[in-house]
Amino acid sequence: MSQNFRLENIGLIDRNRKISFKFNGKIYYGYEGDTLASALLANGVHLVGRSFKYHRPRGFFGAGVDEPYAMVQLYRNGETEPNIKATEQELFEGLEATSVNCWPSVNFDIGAINNFLKIFLPAGFYYKTFMWPKSFWYKVYEPFIRKAAGLGVVSTKHDNERYEHKYEYCDLLITGSGPSGLASAYAAAKNGARVILAEDKARFGGTLLTSEVNIGNKSGKEWADGIISELKEMPNVVVKNRSQVFGYYDHNMLVMTERISDHLPKTKKFHPKQRLWYIRAKEVLISSGSIERPIVFGNNDTPGVMLSSAAKEYIKVYGVIVGKNPLIFTNNDSGYETAIEFKKNGIDTLILDTRKDPKSEIVQEAKNLGISIKFSYVVVAAKGYKKVKSADIAKISDDKEQLGKIENVKCDCICVSGFWTPTIHLASQSGNKTKFNEKIDAFVPGVSKQKETTIGAANGIYTLDETLKSSFETGHKLSKQIMNNDNKVSFPNVVEKKSTVHDKFWCVPLPKGKNYKRFLDFQNDVAVSDIEIALKEGYRSIEHVKRYTTLGMATDQGKTSNLNGLQLVSKIENKVVPAVGHTTFRPPYTPISIGAIVGREVGKHSKPTRKSPMHSWHEKNNAVFVDAGVWLRPRYYKQGDENLFEGSKREAKNVRTNVGVCDVTTLGKIDIKGPDAAELLNRVYTNAWLKLPVGKARYGVMLREDGIVMDDGTTTRISENHYHMTTTTAQAANVLSHLEYYLQLVWPELNVNVVSTTEQWAGAAIAGPKSRDLLQKLFPKSDVSNEGLPFMGYLEGDLFGVKARIFRISFSGELAYEVNVESNNGNFMWEKIIEVGQEFKIQPYGTEALSTLRIEMGHVAGSELDGRTIPYDNSLEGLVSKKKDFIGKRSLSRKAFTAEDRQKVVGVVPLDKKTSIPEGSHLVKDSNAQLPNPKLGYISASCWSVEHDNPFSLAILKNGKNMIGEKLFVMSPLKNKVIPVEIVSSHYVDPKGERVRS
Amino acid sequence: MLHIKCPHCGMRSQNEFSYGGDASVKRPELNKEVSDLEWDNFVYNRKSLRGKHWELWQHLSGCRQWIKVERDTATHEIFKTLKADQEIS
Ligand SMILES: [Zn+2]
Repeated sequence: MSQNFRLENIGLIDRNRKISFKFNGKIYYGYEGDTLASALLANGVHLVGRSFKYHRPRGFFGAGVDEPYAMVQLYRNGETEPNIKATEQELFEGLEATSVNCWPSVNFDIGAINNFLKIFLPAGFYYKTFMWPKSFWYKVYEPFIRKAAGLGVVSTKHDNERYEHKYEYCDLLITGSGPSGLASAYAAAKNGARVILAEDKARFGGTLLTSEVNIGNKSGKEWADGIISELKEMPNVVVKNRSQVFGYYDHNMLVMTERISDHLPKTKKFHPKQRLWYIRAKEVLISSGSIERPIVFGNNDTPGVMLSSAAKEYIKVYGVIVGKNPLIFTNNDSGYETAIEFKKNGIDTLILDTRKDPKSEIVQEAKNLGISIKFSYVVVAAKGYKKVKSADIAKISDDKEQLGKIENVKCDCICVSGFWTPTIHLASQSGNKTKFNEKIDAFVPGVSKQKETTIGAANGIYTLDETLKSSFETGHKLSKQIMNNDNKVSFPNVVEKKSTVHDKFWCVPLPKGKNYKRFLDFQNDVAVSDIEIALKEGYRSIEHVKRYTTLGMATDQGKTSNLNGLQLVSKIENKVVPAVGHTTFRPPYTPISIGAIVGREVGKHSKPTRKSPMHSWHEKNNAVFVDAGVWLRPRYYKQGDENLFEGSKREAKNVRTNVGVCDVTTLGKIDIKGPDAAELLNRVYTNAWLKLPVGKARYGVMLREDGIVMDDGTTTRISENHYHMTTTTAQAANVLSHLEYYLQLVWPELNVNVVSTTEQWAGAAIAGPKSRDLLQKLFPKSDVSNEGLPFMGYLEGDLFGVKARIFRISFSGELAYEVNVESNNGNFMWEKIIEVGQEFKIQPYGTEALSTLRIEMGHVAGSELDGRTIPYDNSLEGLVSKKKDFIGKRSLSRKAFTAEDRQKVVGVVPLDKKTSIPEGSHLVKDSNAQLPNPKLGYISASCWSVEHDNPFSLAILKNGKNMIGEKLFVMSPLKNKVIPVEIVSSHYVDPKGERVRS
Repeated sequence: MLHIKCPHCGMRSQNEFSYGGDASVKRPELNKEVSDLEWDNFVYNRKSLRGKHWELWQHLSGCRQWIKVERDTATHEIFKTLKADQEIS
């Protein structure tokens, strides 16, 4: 298909590189350098979608980031992405896109019936109607809305693209490469500052690409090109195109997305698709320019109605005319620039100027060129359904209230200019208190809260000369402050047309007897009448009006709609616009892909994986792994086709009858050294530590200041002033911070150093009645007899030439030892234990068997020490010293903690000795009691007791001390189970603890 | 994300730190008799201030030092940072 609307000799596209693409299944051609929007317009395609609520036909309204309509579903390299603005998407070979928000097709849309029923869809319609009846929401409304509305479809496939994060620091971050951005970047860079200049579009230069100006005897574009190439050469400058700074956060941290590969048919190997930049800037210069605002008139959403600046950009950048018979509707000089551009390319236009008699230079120029102009004229309504065919126009009275006789003029597009709105989003996000500027009828940044300065059009400065001058000065001033340098660049001579004031006119009144929809928010279909209804219904705050009507709430965040909405509210409420105020701008300024936000932290990369030195042995021996925090631990070692239950039972049983070995490397280890080490332990743990001899270990419990158990573990006195503390796997990091807190802030007088040695030691627990025999064979030179190495004893030994630490401690309740070697010898140790252990029928055991062993012997662990229990609750009161003070002691005398019926850990056995008890179940007295059934306690951990061959659980039970022998019920509404149980002692195995001492 | 000046390491991003509560709280001395109210004030009772607030942060992924930070809880402005052994002035 030929590009009927493409001009021959104008534009920045590469006519030597023709590109084919598909839109809604049809093949078209464009050029390299096109956007999807410019290429479609070159082919005369104006209908790109349907509106959100009424499903009215939608065309193109802008040429960039402000586009409210032209959202497409993009297909690229086998992936699909919704919510892509056709005005931003660069064309590439093989691009495919489809319209969104229309079903079954853009030309025949079922939802458009809403347009004819629109009397039923006023403001707040969704809130009012879909509230009732409730069941209708799930069955009727929601499925229908989901199908008929929405802005595209999210892919459910895994995204194979790569997204990266980058952290950067700079002196000045400059957001936008228009005249103000270039001038300030140049001045600051030449003065030695580290500058990042970010441009959202593919091309640098902003409005300089489209305006007829002269800077230092060069065209605007030539000047911009010159500055950019010079900046790119400078080592202190980073210049980025396709990069949108979208968020301004605390302490001058800004976030930017760089679209590295979105304009290519396929991401290059080893390249990311997008990169998210976290930039910490000493100063931020907001040079984001301004966005043209529409004038509100009847059917102003018809395809073919667009911003006049967009029409000019399509001509000057892309060589595309948006129509062959344009109507220009303006209240200021900008519309004339567009008309002149059309004229230069052989297209006659008709200008309707709301002003009576403007005396601008450019108006005279248009007159001289023979362009038809009607002053004090307005467009009353656009005519045409899927495309503008004509316009009803009329003269308007000086007070802008009365319309003259309606005339109809033929046209194929209407280019609108309602003056310019500064892009203050980033300034507002930074906390800047914006103020209303009467001269330009818009908000501009006011007092800065962070280190930010807004320059150029974004600050309401609309003349090039003033913009360049102030931007050069600002760039120089800020860089001077930061660098203490004073290199000034010379200031170029600027030639531009003098403009005059705009007409403060933004909404065309309705003619008598007509009820045209006049849209304020094009993406969300919010019309003048919706705001009127909201105000009639009593909404006053602009924030409430926004939420009720959805004005400015769509993905374009009201870039084109906000101010006209405010004008309307201020008019009806008879308040000035600044009194109405604007709604809060929040990040992101434009939609950001989830992929960019997530970056590389997907799947296994979402958190680190820690493995013990013996990991590969576990893998080779069929370990089934489980996540324990960030560690991977063997849950059980699968033999044949046994399941978790069978495997863990076999392993636990082998510990009780022979000997087992368990990888305990993951336990937290803290090395404690210094003359006051014992004193620190004495204050941190609840029991006494001052008299622990060298070569002995002790079990200890530590509390938080509120009396709740924080962690437990054993600590061993290695030498006079040297201790080795172990913590649970989960609490290792917290315990270290806890110790550091007290040493640095509370008791700095203690001469102690602490450091984590978790990674430095590999650990193996050897447990079972045959463990001593095995240990003796591993350490033939050491005396590991009950006398040589008694319970809670410590030895240093020689394991076939490797230095080892041997602790006689037990987690399983069996005779047990823990052997530690330096991490790099971990695998050697493990293999030796397995090899030498063969004659004792050794088997490795995983965390599941470990749990079984500790549960049935009543050893409390993480599921009991859950941040809600005190020592008494865990039957650890024997470890609480009455004589000395320690962290949290004072809290233990709280009333609730000393209550007679205080909760306590107990054992639970099902009466049938068969039914296993789900963890988390509740204990109740009467399973048939009226709801809510009073809860007496909860099951903290469950296992299959290998010793008794029946289910056994631990529970935290109210008045547990006096409940032994009681019959209760376990209830699990989740698993729909009611189990009669008996309460027994928590020590279900070896209650006197004889085995560990044997 | 805040930018915090660690007195030992210099300016660092917030994600290297962990928050540790009100820095003005003083732990009662060990072995000292304290009333319930005194103890409750130490363990639980905190003012939720709007404005300047001395707080503790630990430079967890850096030097591991606990530091004192004077921050405005409403604006996040940080006025001053001190080492653990420096008294709040
Ligand atoms: Zn530090």
